[in-house]
Amino acid sequence: MLTLQCPYCGVQADETELSAGGEAHLTRHGPGSTEDEFHDYLFTRENPRGVHFERWRHTYGCGKWFHAARDTQTLEVFGTYKAQCTEPPKELRDAITAKRPGWTWREFS
Amino acid sequence: MSEPISALNHARFDGIADIAEIGLQGMITLRGDLAARAVKSAATKATGAAMPGANAISTKDDSGLCWMSPDELLVLCPYAAVPEVLAQLQTALAGSHALAVNVSDARAVFRVSGPAAREVLAKLCPVDLSPAEFEPGTIRRTRLAQVPAAFWMVDNETFQLVCFRSVAQYVFDLLCVAAQPNSEVGVF
Repeated sequence: MLTLQCPYCGVQADETELSAGGEAHLTRHGPGSTEDEFHDYLFTRENPRGVHFERWRHTYGCGKWFHAARDTQTLEVFGTYKAQCTEPPKELRDAITAKRPGWTWREFS
Repeated sequence: MSEPISALNHARFDGIADIAEIGLQGMITLRGDLAARAVKSAATKATGAAMPGANAISTKDDSGLCWMSPDELLVLCPYAAVPEVLAQLQTALAGSHALAVNVSDARAVFRVSGPAAREVLAKLCPVDLSPAEFEPGTIRRTRLAQVPAAFWMVDNETFQLVCFRSVAQYVFDLLCVAAQPNSEVGVF
């Protein structure tokens, strides 16, 4: 069972209290973008075995969206951070590096 | 004017804990920046209760303030006092980006009391209800089986629980099943 700490209310929320919101840090390509960009925005997703970044919503609690970094293989949670972040915070990336040297995820490492 | 009736009209059940629908309770949702001075002073003046911190409730006599999220408070007051309190809030917040709405008739309120009250809720919610983690003054919004609910402790053996009125019967039935006689687990 996955337990994530909501960065807004600080509650240790059980997976059943949350809604999964898919991959984190997508760039929206809308009008004016090329077909390839729009296709990738809609359909192309990471499917890593290991470090992954996701969006979650504390649906049954404070209702806020947030980001979570976790390992898809071990279910270890590295940390959560607010939805206003456009990329994973430096401290969190350093913490992941300490545990999973050499990890990469999209343009982050 | 017709007489207001609460969702289950004081339904009761006695098991390992006493379950009671407590009837009409005035409730106002207040949304806004809880760090803003205007919002804080409007809420505290309307109720007389102190501004609660995160995941906390503060009460004063029949009124109270429940922290629901970083931008939402649930204001408690007597049912009959709602129009007056609401007008006071709206006047005080006229110049602010905030919203106050009467939700008294959209909610149902239950009281779960008795020595096994913690167990009854622990059977239904993914929440650590041990006395070390959850004590009077804490409020938690969570999932009660399949529906959202919020609850806090009035004293060490009494919970007050708020849910949507449309699921009042479902919540009452859940609580009754969780409080069946001889169903103590004995973890707390």
